[in-house]
Amino acid sequence: MLTNRSQAVAKKEMTLAERLYLPAILHGLKITVSHFFKKKVTIKYPEEKREFSKVYRGTHVLKRDEIGAERCTACGLCAVACPAEAITMVAAERKKGEEKLYREEKYASVYEINMLRCIFCGLCEDACPKEAIFLTDRITPSTFKRGENIYGKNKLVEPIDKPIDISARQTQAVLEFKKHKEFAHNKVYTEKQLPNKH
Amino acid sequence: MAKVTIDGHTIEVPTGTTILEAARMIGGPIVPPAMCYYSKLKTTGGYCRTCIVKVSKGSEKDPRPMPKPVASCRTTVMDGMEVQNITSPDLLEARAGVVEFLLLNHPLDCPICDQAGECHLQDLGYENGKSKTRYEFDRREFEPIEIGDKIKLHMKRCIHCFRCVKLAEQLTPERFQGMLNRGDHSEISTYIKHAIDNEFSGNMIDVCPVGALTDKTFRFKSRVWFVNPEDAHRNCSKCAGKARIWLKGEEVLRVTARKDKYGEAIDWICNECRFDKKKTSDWVIEKPTHIDRHSVISMNHYESLKDLKQDVDKQQKQLVNKKVNLGQGALNPNNSI
Repeated sequence: MLTNRSQAVAKKEMTLAERLYLPAILHGLKITVSHFFKKKVTIKYPEEKREFSKVYRGTHVLKRDEIGAERCTACGLCAVACPAEAITMVAAERKKGEEKLYREEKYASVYEINMLRCIFCGLCEDACPKEAIFLTDRITPSTFKRGENIYGKNKLVEPIDKPIDISARQTQAVLEFKKHKEFAHNKVYTEKQLPNKH
Repeated sequence: MAKVTIDGHTIEVPTGTTILEAARMIGGPIVPPAMCYYSKLKTTGGYCRTCIVKVSKGSEKDPRPMPKPVASCRTTVMDGMEVQNITSPDLLEARAGVVEFLLLNHPLDCPICDQAGECHLQDLGYENGKSKTRYEFDRREFEPIEIGDKIKLHMKRCIHCFRCVKLAEQLTPERFQGMLNRGDHSEISTYIKHAIDNEFSGNMIDVCPVGALTDKTFRFKSRVWFVNPEDAHRNCSKCAGKARIWLKGEEVLRVTARKDKYGEAIDWICNECRFDKKKTSDWVIEKPTHIDRHSVISMNHYESLKDLKQDVDKQQKQLVNKKVNLGQGALNPNNSI
């Protein structure tokens, strides 16, 4: 026996009221009509949006630093932490003159998250040593084609002109750590003092 | 023969054996870590100080303890000597200090470094170090140096272990590289950046305990935990041809020497095997390399189906013993998941 909820089938003769069907139909209609006057459970997404939890984990974002350089260095820690094996990446070496595009000498030339595989557990942002990947309060929309669910850098990297706020996802310890500007991780580069060492 | 006791384990070793070698004969967690000592190379050791141990009894004849920690890779055993390694909290504290010094100028660019995942300094820092730095000054910066067209030297990651220098002295007929300057300014150099073109120069990548010397043919190709190490061999006229190939699918991403459990190369391999044989068809694959399951490289690395099954059975038994409430069907081996 697989469950404890199974019941033996009873073959009982139906009463007259049951055979008429009408009382049952009226009973059903009563339930239907009563719902017209109840509070709606659905909302008109995307015009209306529900209130999100502060720590809601939705679509990922690949952050840029203060001057707009990508923070991801393709270290692979998110991919190794990912329990669903949804993340893949290809690393490339930064060339001279690309210091404004990529923060470190290595960067991800391809970075893909398979949103069909992703379970939005947030282990990738826990693993990230560069504060590059964060989960945001944006919903991953459903699509008509499977391939559209594989998000590449075009969908993941935040637009330079429209930074995505992730401060709600940073713990107190991280915010404290970010105050230490002497660590290379937290250094704010002006355009003149870009690190151009390869 | 001399009798030596290390952390309570007594062993009899030939006279002239170092404490480190004696500890390795015993094996297990009492073996001191070593960054510069390399048993396959002569006169290595004595630079990094990570292998320090406390000698609580000098010998049978002279039982006075040694006044300060000694480098176990350079100190030979005496009859009746008693040594403390992990049983001495003072020593572990001292070793943490050594690790802190080694990491003073280390850039900690592990997310970029190709050595990450198999780096001895990472292991050392993880096991013996402190999780925070107290160093507030700028770390040393160097431009990477090209040593030939296949090797890249990142001087900023170097911990001055001298292994590559000793290798150049001993494995290759002429001396090719050395240390320039002194103290905080010292740096490995090929002296006026002479290209090293020797058949066995690639082995300096293997002896480097950190990511200072890295393989340019593998540079940024993949992280080590996404590639699959296999023991393989080929007929080579220059070396034994016994190597470890790192596969990703059908592609050989890199070739290294086979290493023992202390991370030392078992056989030197030549540059042709290391840099030029990057096809699976060049190699005869023997078996998957044994990887310790605490290593990140062991991820998705299965050595034999039998072991895997034994592991699973063991874990299932543990689960049953713990009476984890998974429902009746979950632990039934007849139920396929």
